[in-house]
Amino acid sequence: MTTFLFVCGVAGGIIGGMGMGGGTLLIPLLTLLCTFDQHTAQAVNLIAFIPMSVVSVIIHAKNGLLRPKYLLTVALPAVCVSVLASLLAISTKGEVLSSIFGWFLIALGVFQLFSAVGKTEKKSSPKKAALKLVSEHIDK
Amino acid sequence: MKKPIKTILEIVTGGAVGLASGLLGGGGGMLCVPLLEKVLKEDVKVSHATTVLVMLPICLAGAIVYWSSGKYGFAENLPVILGVLLGGAAGSALLKKLGGRAVAVIFACLMIAAGVRMAL
Repeated sequence: MTTFLFVCGVAGGIIGGMGMGGGTLLIPLLTLLCTFDQHTAQAVNLIAFIPMSVVSVIIHAKNGLLRPKYLLTVALPAVCVSVLASLLAISTKGEVLSSIFGWFLIALGVFQLFSAVGKTEKKSSPKKAALKLVSEHIDK
Repeated sequence: MKKPIKTILEIVTGGAVGLASGLLGGGGGMLCVPLLEKVLKEDVKVSHATTVLVMLPICLAGAIVYWSSGKYGFAENLPVILGVLLGGAAGSALLKKLGGRAVAVIFACLMIAAGVRMAL
C-alpha cells in the first residue's frame, strides 16, 4: 500500500509540476483507489503540493517561465477566498464535497478535451488520428 | 484589453481559483492556466509555470486551515507527499519540452471518468 500511495503521488506530481492540475488527478486516485475519505484526500493534496511547488517554481524560474506580477492580482485574492472556502469545506459533509468535486472534474475534463482537440484540428496528421484512437479507447 | 478590465478579470478568476482550491482541495490550477493562456495571452509554458507559482501560497493557506482543524494527520501520508515531490520535479523538467497534447487528451478522459464516478 505504501508503494502504491507513492506511485499515486508521483503520478499527481508529474501532472502538477507541468501545471496541468495535479490535484485533479491525485484526489480521485486517493479516494477511488486508496479509500481515502474526501476531506483527507483534499488536505493531503494541499500539503503535498507545497514542497513540490517550491521545487517546481525553482526549476521554472531557472527556465525563465515565471511572471511574478500575477502573485498580486491573481494569487492574493485567491488566498483570501481559499481560507474561507477551506473553513467551509471542513464543516461540509464528505459525500457532498465528493459530489461537487465530481461535477467539477467532468466540467474541467470536457473543457480540456475540447481545447486539446481544438488544437489538433489545425494540424491534420497521423498523430491526430492516433490521439483520437487513444481517447476513444479510454472512453470505453 | 484595457488594463482595469484585465485587472478585474484577474481578481475574479483568482477568487474562483481560491474557491476551488479551498473547498475542493485542488483543481484551482485548472482554472488559472486558461486565464493566463487564453485570456491574458501569455505563452503556453509561461502559463503553466506561473500557475504553479500562483498555487503555492493558495495551497499553503488552505493546508494551514485544514491542518489547524486537527482532524487530518500528515505523518501517515508521507509516501504520497514524497511521491508528489519527485513527480513534481520530473513534471517541471518535462514541461520545458512540452509535448503535452497527447497527455492533455488522455488526462481529460481520465478526469471525466473519475468525475462521473464521484458525482453519481
